[in-house]
Amino acid sequence: MKARVTVTLKAGVLDPQGEAVRRSLGALGFEGVEAVRQGKVIELDLAETDPATAEENVRKMCEKLLANTVIENYAIEIV
Amino acid sequence: MRAAVIQFPGSNCDRDMAVAFDKVSGHNKPTQMVWHKDDHLPEGLDVIGIPGGFSFGDYLRCGAIAARSPIVQSVVEFARRGGYVLGICNGFQVLTESGLLPGVLMRNSNLKFICKDVDVIVRTTDSAFTNRYAKGQKLRMPIAHHDGNYTTDPDSLRRLKDEDRIAFTYDVNPNGSLDDIAGILSENRRVLGMMPHPERLNDPQLGGTDGSGLFESIAEALVSA
Repeated sequence: MKARVTVTLKAGVLDPQGEAVRRSLGALGFEGVEAVRQGKVIELDLAETDPATAEENVRKMCEKLLANTVIENYAIEIV
Repeated sequence: MRAAVIQFPGSNCDRDMAVAFDKVSGHNKPTQMVWHKDDHLPEGLDVIGIPGGFSFGDYLRCGAIAARSPIVQSVVEFARRGGYVLGICNGFQVLTESGLLPGVLMRNSNLKFICKDVDVIVRTTDSAFTNRYAKGQKLRMPIAHHDGNYTTDPDSLRRLKDEDRIAFTYDVNPNGSLDDIAGILSENRRVLGMMPHPERLNDPQLGGTDGSGLFESIAEALVSA
């Protein structure tokens, strides 16, 4: 079973990398990009076969290591 | 004074830190170097240093992997028992990731790695790390980091201020950090995390001695304790 974790910055947390990407897109002529937020995707291969248990385990992983919940949100997809 | 410095793969200020501790602890008690895979700390330690560098290549987030290593869990227990812990640069990042200090160090607001000398202001002398300085004293210290942009939630910031736990601020903010914060103390004032490098300023032949006061402060606090 695979899980995909998407980690993003919380709303209101300044994202200087996203802002640099936005400016660069503007310089390339892509108009109307009003905001860019950059995050990361973490894919996990799991031995677990029960989706509910897998999701619960990945949630623990996110809380303990994969995301810093002071500034980041996470979303889990079991695929 | 018995000091130890934790070494991770990617640490690069570990020996500077040990030299700084040795200068104030007397050479009969040399600083003990503790490899991150060691499963327990040496007995009878007074202070533990977590050095600068790029532990585990800064993978995932700066300090994140190091903060979950077994030896850092021992450091957390040591701190909760009232031990002194000093985290500099990457060490500060490890301390926030481990939960010993509030907040987080984000990417510098200009996105650049900054390596230069800056003026740092002593904000409190009420700690074992700053008692040899004067409040408001300006120190010239090197910074060398990509992720020194301190931030925390408004409640934590208010507590840091109300409890006089902001140890150092920048005179001119180099990295976007909240309220110019360069270093903070834990609730019991025995854990200090800071981005500037006092351990690189302990010898007049190597740029100055503005950092010596911090290590002398620790030695004095331990003698008078």
